[in-house]
Amino acid sequence: MSDKLKDLLQNGPVAINIGIFDFAETLKSQGAEVVHLNWNPPAGGDPELIELLDQLL
Amino acid sequence: MITRCIIRKNEYYDSVFLMRVAKRISGQKGILEAAALMGTEKNKELLSDIGMAGVETSSVRPNDLIIAIMAEDEEALSAVLGNIDHWLNESLGQAGTIPYRTLEEALTHLPHSNLAVISVPGQYASREARKALEHGLNVFLFSDNVPVESEFSLKEFACEKGLIVMGPDCGTAIINGIGIGFANVVRRGPIGVIGSSGTGLQEFTTLVHRFGSGISHAIGTGSRDLSDQVGGITFLSSLEVLDSDRETRVIALLSKPPGPLALQNLIHRIMQCRKPVVTCFLGPKQDPDDANLRYRTARTLDDAASLAVQIATNNPSPHLEDRSFKFQELINRERINKSPEQKYIRGIFAGGTFCYQAQQIFQDAGILVHSNLPLEGNSKLQNPLLSVEHTLIDMGSDEFTSGRPHPMIDSGLRYERILAEAKDPQVSILLLDFILGFNASPDPAGELLPAIAEARGQARKQGGSLSVIASVCGTENDSQNIQQQVKMLEETGVIVFSSSAQAAQFCALLMASSKEKCRV
Repeated sequence: MSDKLKDLLQNGPVAINIGIFDFAETLKSQGAEVVHLNWNPPAGGDPELIELLDQLL
Repeated sequence: MITRCIIRKNEYYDSVFLMRVAKRISGQKGILEAAALMGTEKNKELLSDIGMAGVETSSVRPNDLIIAIMAEDEEALSAVLGNIDHWLNESLGQAGTIPYRTLEEALTHLPHSNLAVISVPGQYASREARKALEHGLNVFLFSDNVPVESEFSLKEFACEKGLIVMGPDCGTAIINGIGIGFANVVRRGPIGVIGSSGTGLQEFTTLVHRFGSGISHAIGTGSRDLSDQVGGITFLSSLEVLDSDRETRVIALLSKPPGPLALQNLIHRIMQCRKPVVTCFLGPKQDPDDANLRYRTARTLDDAASLAVQIATNNPSPHLEDRSFKFQELINRERINKSPEQKYIRGIFAGGTFCYQAQQIFQDAGILVHSNLPLEGNSKLQNPLLSVEHTLIDMGSDEFTSGRPHPMIDSGLRYERILAEAKDPQVSILLLDFILGFNASPDPAGELLPAIAEARGQARKQGGSLSVIASVCGTENDSQNIQQQVKMLEETGVIVFSSSAQAAQFCALLMASSKEKCRV
């Protein structure tokens, strides 16, 4: 078990929220630390471009 | 009538926010229909459902916003168009002041993060989850439509790194008292639970709360974890976690029937547990409790919660408010005014697990049903939009929710379905569930009351009487106010039970009593 998993269970979530904004609000309303990522589909959502991007990075 | 489609290039919004925008547009005077969607291929196809089939969308990409509106006239349309910027900008205000664009940027701000909560569209979810794992984060993966091969690969990778992946298709978790996704506000306590379904975890945790005990952690695994293809990787790692967790004294495992290989591995691990384990594998009847087994088996979520609380507290098995003494009285009342042709039950569920559990309860009572999610031994509904004889429908399944809000968030689809069922003069009982908690509709009962009242009125017009039986999943600490929800339902003539299993058991009794009446 990694330290991050132990930390999650012993101290609760400290979260990066990627997607539905309401999920970040839910965590925040319970006192959890959370950062919301302003996510967009990568490469305009084009699957071929995404694959190419992943190969390059 | 006038239609208009607006395309906004490179403006991405999440699906829940867009659902609210669409609802807001639809609620304006003179608006007949509205949709607000991102330009994925699937969403573009959905436009035809609202009569926008002719809209040119070939150049629209998944990060372009589509707003489609059907209005009575130009005036109504113009009024809405003038407000769209304002409504969309509300999301910018909500999203916080610092617009983090990458995971790396977000981690710079919160370097001690231990979890990524991911709810992006399915085709991008594996990529985001892998990045999070690479950065040493555990993952709560709400997204569905993730291929099973990707799920296996993500979970194997997580295992190598000593991390956990809850999901994909994970709706609920409670970690160290903090609810994630669709969770309820429950007391903390000695019972740890691992579950493959969100509503299963919600029902179990709220029942434990009502029985006076509490939850250490509730870990969601995603619906496929105990399939042989995935092998129960998250179940096994969660079991290890809870077995060594100081707060947890009893462990409960909730799932549909596991694959045979996954089950074998799971049982092997359960046998090594130092703590008592309760299992509830919903589905076809299993062997009764074996005294030699190191774990106890429960048939329903109620039984699992009761057993776990009994073991954790060393007190006698707790039970929900015992309404059995009222059953006969209620049955007698409900039988009054039924027409001779009323003989079928229709279950219209928001929670897939409730649909599944109700089928099990009916099957045990000798009642076979049709369903879009049939339990072994039941029939697959040919057309999910059309009920046949006894039918139980999971309205949260893909055929209903693709491009549309889940019934736990918005009751629109269930509203229409209830009215459709009421038109069938052979329908005698309507079985419903109401799910409270974080991210669920702020007023699930209130949204359906007009449909329930209209359905009951329709049955009276047809010379019969419609019994409406329901359960409410939640606690007094949820924002929706469970007492108020129950009161509103009861005032509309709905018989409300404290659990979905109890509601289904009552329906089975009511059906049996109708048969007896027929024989007489």
